[in-house]
Amino acid sequence: MTVKSTNPQGALGVETVGMTMRFGGFTALDHVSVGVAPGSFHALLGENGAGKSTLVKCMMGFYHASEGQLMVGGHEVEVPDPRAAHALGLGMVYQHFTLVPSLTAAENLVISRGDTPQVIDWRAESENLRAFMAKMPFSVPLDQPVRALAAGEKQKLEILKQLYLGRKFLILDEPTSVLTLEEADEVLGHVRSLCEAGQISVLMITHKFREVTAYADEVSVLRRGKLVGAGKVADLSHADMAAMMMGDQAPAAPADRAGQSGAPVLSVSGARALDRSGLKDVTIDALNVREREIVGIAGISGNGQMEFMEILTGQRPVKAGSIVVNGTSYHATREEARINCVRYLPEEPLHNACAPKMSVTENIAFRSFDMNGSGTRFWLSNSEMRCRAAELVEAFKVKTASLDSQMASLSGGNVQRAVLARELTGEVDLLIISNPCFGLDFSAVAEIRARIMDARNKGAAVLLMSEDLDEILELADRVLVMSEGRIAYECRADEADVATIGHHMGGHA
Amino acid sequence: MDTDLGLWAIPIAIIGGAIRVSTPFLFVSLGEVLTERSGRINLGLEGTLVFGAMSGYAVAYLTGSPWAGVLAAALAGSVLGLVHGLICSLPRVNDIAIGIAMMLLGMGLAFFFGKPYIQPVAPDLPSINFGWWSDLPQVQAALRVNVLFLIGIAAAIFMWWMFRATRIGLLIRVVGDSTDAARAMGLRPALIRTLATAAGGAFAGIGGAYLSLFYPGSWNEGISSGQGLMAVALVIFARWNPIACFWAALLFGGAGALGPALQSAGFSEGYYLFYAAPYVLTLGVLIATSSPTRAMHGAPGELSITK
Repeated sequence: MTVKSTNPQGALGVETVGMTMRFGGFTALDHVSVGVAPGSFHALLGENGAGKSTLVKCMMGFYHASEGQLMVGGHEVEVPDPRAAHALGLGMVYQHFTLVPSLTAAENLVISRGDTPQVIDWRAESENLRAFMAKMPFSVPLDQPVRALAAGEKQKLEILKQLYLGRKFLILDEPTSVLTLEEADEVLGHVRSLCEAGQISVLMITHKFREVTAYADEVSVLRRGKLVGAGKVADLSHADMAAMMMGDQAPAAPADRAGQSGAPVLSVSGARALDRSGLKDVTIDALNVREREIVGIAGISGNGQMEFMEILTGQRPVKAGSIVVNGTSYHATREEARINCVRYLPEEPLHNACAPKMSVTENIAFRSFDMNGSGTRFWLSNSEMRCRAAELVEAFKVKTASLDSQMASLSGGNVQRAVLARELTGEVDLLIISNPCFGLDFSAVAEIRARIMDARNKGAAVLLMSEDLDEILELADRVLVMSEGRIAYECRADEADVATIGHHMGGHA
Repeated sequence: MDTDLGLWAIPIAIIGGAIRVSTPFLFVSLGEVLTERSGRINLGLEGTLVFGAMSGYAVAYLTGSPWAGVLAAALAGSVLGLVHGLICSLPRVNDIAIGIAMMLLGMGLAFFFGKPYIQPVAPDLPSINFGWWSDLPQVQAALRVNVLFLIGIAAAIFMWWMFRATRIGLLIRVVGDSTDAARAMGLRPALIRTLATAAGGAFAGIGGAYLSLFYPGSWNEGISSGQGLMAVALVIFARWNPIACFWAALLFGGAGALGPALQSAGFSEGYYLFYAAPYVLTLGVLIATSSPTRAMHGAPGELSITK
C-alpha cells in the first residue's frame, strides 16, 4: 500500500513499513504495515496486548523499532524521541491523562506549546484561547485547575490541546471511553470534519465498532502483534471486524436477567453534600435500590455522579439526609460494609480502591486480611492471603508479573479486574459501581458485564453509575439520569427512550 | 523628652523584631518554595544557611565589602544546592535523607572553615532608616530596615509573578506536579529540579549572610537557632505561595519577638512561655486552615516522602 505524501491543507500522510518491535525474545510487533492517507480517519482495532500501543509508541518515538521504517509525508524519517515526532506534526492523545493537575486548563494549553514566550502575556493569551475555544465544538472551563475536572472533561481538554498545538496527524488512544454517547458523537464528528477539510489525519485506537463504522474511512486490525486484516470500513460488517479481532475465541455473551426484584436494600433520602467545587450542593432526594435489581445512573460526567459515589463510599461527608442499608443507618465504615455485605468499584480504582504501592496480594486481601472465619485475627496469615490472591487472579484473569508486584504496575484494565475480584467474591448484598468498563477491551467488557449481571441474579442490589449509556441500557432494570447534582429523570429500562434520556442528560428538562 | 512608652513599647518592639528576625526566614522559605515547587524537598537548607553565614562573613571580612559577602554566600548556597540536586537525580535516592546529610555536611564545613573568622569583625550590611519622622528612639530602632529585607520582598513578589506568568515558572510547576506530563512534553525533570534546588540554595545562602552580616551580625557556631528547619515548615504553612511566605515569615519573626518584647517592657515572669509563640501559632493556624474534604491546596503533586 502506498500513500500520497501530503495534501495542500496540511494533513499528513503517515505510513509504517514492516514495523517490528522485539522485547528480548518476545515479539510485540511483527512486520506491521499500516498506511494512513492524508485527511483520512483510520481506525486501529485490537484486543488489549495486541500491539496497538506498541505500534503507536514506535511511531511517536517512545520506542525505537527493531526493524521497519516510518514514512511521514512520503519521506522516510527517523523519530528518536517524542519531541522529534511533535516537530514532524505528529501528536497523540494518551489513555492516561498527561495534563498537569494543579495547573489550570489555560496554563496547561499555553505551556504545552513549544514556543511559549519567556514572559506570558495572560491578557493576550486568554483572548487567543477564547477565540480558539469559540471555534471548537465543545469547551472546558479554562480557569479551573485540571485537578477539579471530571474524567470526561479532562479527555476533552486532551483533544483540544492537540488541536490547539496545530498537529497535522493525530493518534487517539480510545478517546471516547470516558465520554457520553452524545459527547463522543460530538467530538468524533468534529474530528471527522477536520479530516474531511484536509486539516488533519487521524489514527484512532478503539474497541467500539459503532465508532469505527460511523466515523472511520479505513480500518486495520491487529492480533498478537500481527496485522490480521485491513480495508475500507464501508466493505466490512461488525461481524467481520469482530472475527478478525478475536480470531476464533468467542466473546462471553451477557448473562440473562433472572428473577424478580425484591425488598429495598439501599435507600437514600434527602442526602446532601457539597460538590467538588465547594460552592454547590449535590442532593439525592429519594433513591431505592432493591435486591435483584440493577439501577443505572446515566449522566454527563461532572453532574454530581462522582460526589454521589463519594457519599456512598464515605469519602465525602453528608450535610443532611440519611442513607439506609438493609434497614439500618449506614455511614460506610468498614464494619458496616462488612456486616451488610456492601461492595464498591469506584471510579479510578487505583486511587479510590487500592493502595497503589502495596502488592497485588495485599490489595486483594483488603476485605479479609483481618478476618478468621467469623472472628478477627491479630497475626496475618501470609500463606492464606497468597493462596486466595492466586485463586482470584486466576479466576478473574488478572495479568500481573507476579503476586508481589505493586498494584500501580498493573495496567488500568487489570487493576479493574483485581478490584472486581476482591469486591465480587463472597456474599454481596449491595454492589456500588462507577464506570466499571472504562478503558477495557471488547472481551473484557463483556466478561465484566456478565459478572455484574451474575451478581444481580444471585440477589445483589446493584447501583451502577456510568457515562456509557449503552452499558446502562444493557444492564439496568431501572434507569435514572443525573443532571446538575440531582436525579432529573427516572424510567424503567425496557421503556427507556434514548432521545428522552439524552434530553435530560443535557439538562433541558 | 519622655521616652518611656509604657505598654506601647511592646507592639513597637514586636514590629521591629518581626522585620529584623523575619529576613532569614523569608529567604530560606523562598528558596524552599522554589525547590519544592519543582518536586523536591531540600531539608539541607539549615546547613546551607549556616555555611552561607560563614562564607558571607569571611568574604566580607577579607574584601571589606558586605555585598561581596552576600554574593559569596549565594554562590556557596547554590553549590550546596547543586550537590543536593545532582545526588537526588540518581535513581532510587531519597531527597529527605540526602537533605539531612547535606544539613550536617553544611554545618560541619562551616564550623571547619569558619574557625579563623570568629574573632575578626566584618563590615555590616547597610540599612535604611524609615523612622526619621519620629523622635522616639524605640520607633527609630524598630524601623531601621535592612536592604536585604526589601530585596526579599521584591524577590517574593517576583517569584509569585514568575510562577504565574513566565515560561520558567510554569515549567517548574509542571515538573513539580507531574513527572509523566513533563516527560510527555519532552522536558527533562531531573535537570529542572537540580537547577531549582541550586537556585533555592542560593536564597538560603543569602539568608545566612543576613545572619552574620546584620542581625545578630557576627559569625559564631550558634548563629542559627534552627531557622533553616523552621522555614521548611513555614513553606507548608504558606501553601507554597511566595507572597504568603512573606507574611508567614513576618508572623514568625513577630511571634519570635514577643518574648523579648515582654521582657523589655518589664514582665519578669512567664515570658519564657511566649518564646514558644511561633510554634503554638503555627499549630493553631495549620489546624484552623486544614480541612478533611478539600485537598491541601497548592501542594506540588510530585512531593513525596516515599520515593
